[in-house]
Amino acid sequence: MGLRGTAAIAGIAEWKPQRRPAGPHQFMLEQWADLARAALDDAGIDPREVDGICTSGLRESASFVPSTVAEYLGIPVNFAEFVDLGGATATGMVWRAAAAIELGAASVVLCVTPSMPAPPPPEDAVRAPASRYGASSDRWGSPQAEFDIPYGNVAQNAGYAMIAQRYAHQYGYDPRALAKIAVDQRTNAGAHPDAIFHGQPITIEDVLASPMIADPLHLLEIVMPASGGAAVVVASAEVARRGRNRPVWVSGFGEHLAFKTPTYAEDLLRTPIGPASRRAFEMAEAAPADVDMVSIYDCYTITVLMTLEDAGFCAPGEGARFVNEHDLTFRGDFPCNTHGGQLSFGQAGLAGGMSHVCDGARQIMRRAGEAQVRDCDTAFVSGNGGIMSEQVALVLRGD
Amino acid sequence: MPDRPLPQPTPTSQPFWDGLRQGRVLLQFSPSSGQWVFYPRNRAPGTLAGDLEWREVSGEGTVYTFTIARRPTAPAWAEDVPQLIAVVELDEGPRLTTELVDVAPEAIHIGMRVRPVFQDEGPVTMLRFAPA
Repeated sequence: MGLRGTAAIAGIAEWKPQRRPAGPHQFMLEQWADLARAALDDAGIDPREVDGICTSGLRESASFVPSTVAEYLGIPVNFAEFVDLGGATATGMVWRAAAAIELGAASVVLCVTPSMPAPPPPEDAVRAPASRYGASSDRWGSPQAEFDIPYGNVAQNAGYAMIAQRYAHQYGYDPRALAKIAVDQRTNAGAHPDAIFHGQPITIEDVLASPMIADPLHLLEIVMPASGGAAVVVASAEVARRGRNRPVWVSGFGEHLAFKTPTYAEDLLRTPIGPASRRAFEMAEAAPADVDMVSIYDCYTITVLMTLEDAGFCAPGEGARFVNEHDLTFRGDFPCNTHGGQLSFGQAGLAGGMSHVCDGARQIMRRAGEAQVRDCDTAFVSGNGGIMSEQVALVLRGD
Repeated sequence: MPDRPLPQPTPTSQPFWDGLRQGRVLLQFSPSSGQWVFYPRNRAPGTLAGDLEWREVSGEGTVYTFTIARRPTAPAWAEDVPQLIAVVELDEGPRLTTELVDVAPEAIHIGMRVRPVFQDEGPVTMLRFAPA
């Protein structure tokens, strides 16, 4: 059941995340074209071979995004997706692309997540109304508008903090282990020149001394928003094998979601990555022990800790011990987020999720430079949207 | 003080907010599945049964989890830190987002028994909780 692993990531492109990018800025459609071209060039695939696209929200268009993108690129497609899974959008795009290719619906699918600022609009331009509450919808009739926002449960920090508090109540809490996740990833960023915190190592003490934002989350355990963009090309075996890179086969995937606001989770401590990962490993006929590196969505340190447990790398409640007993750096016995993770690479909108796909693909392509994990053939990649509400797992493999 | 966003009741949820105005907590109940439901819906989650009916409950429960937000979660709360944001599990089972009142931040703990506090804010009454 599921994928046979005959579609591969054949090319990747990633812009260096920036805190405040200098202009001139581009529209997201323009960024789409640039990123698409870069990823196709990386793969060695002619743009005229593209016959599928996976899109997400565009600042320029509230609806009809796929047809707008196809028209702008001048590329007719036989497969068009609009993926709306927050931080799981990128991983969600990749398995959808692979599935479409295995079905024969397409042979080359672009998955693109642009996230740079737009040019400053003229005074009278029609702009998308900005949500005042981030990922929480304040529109009339939205459950979030009626039952969550009015109590101040908005944005991400409070939600993740409440998950961490519940975790602490259930299993106990080792702040130093959580901090070590951020520290090891910062070490990885030191080996990745594009990481936003490249060359700025930190210690566990630095993390614990950073301001408490929402108990028990410290500032250095919380991802920093940035601007950037990323793209991958997923291609059929026939196309991928004649490309420039070692094909990165999409061997397994799983996706699971049940709620938007974690208040309504059946069990706050059983995250959707559990069922998603079990499906992904089963499909790939692999086990967590077979993995050479992991790239785990890390909006917060607690997300990494709970993903390690729920994806089966260690038992529930054992995450802190696992982190303390393993070296999570690219040199270590359990390489995790070798690009620095979003905590140290930077979170450029939905491209933050794509950074994990690129991290896993780069390792299997053997292009990770100083951060290369030796003999890396199997990678586990996770995506996480909302407040651990929508999660996707991928198992990627080299030949 | 910045304007804090208030709930806007809908035709479906109006009985819940009307109840709060009178100092009563009304929850939906689905007799066919025996489940209590929050937030208000037109059909029971899971079964999609159309048999939801309103029943009054005590409103008492326990703190399921919480955080002390030391930085405002949005500009509207800039003058309200620390925010004592919590998820309370009502004795009937449903959980809801709320804020804790009449309690010192350091005294809050998971499992703490709480009682409802009805706070009028303009056209609506907010449901917050205090130690029982």
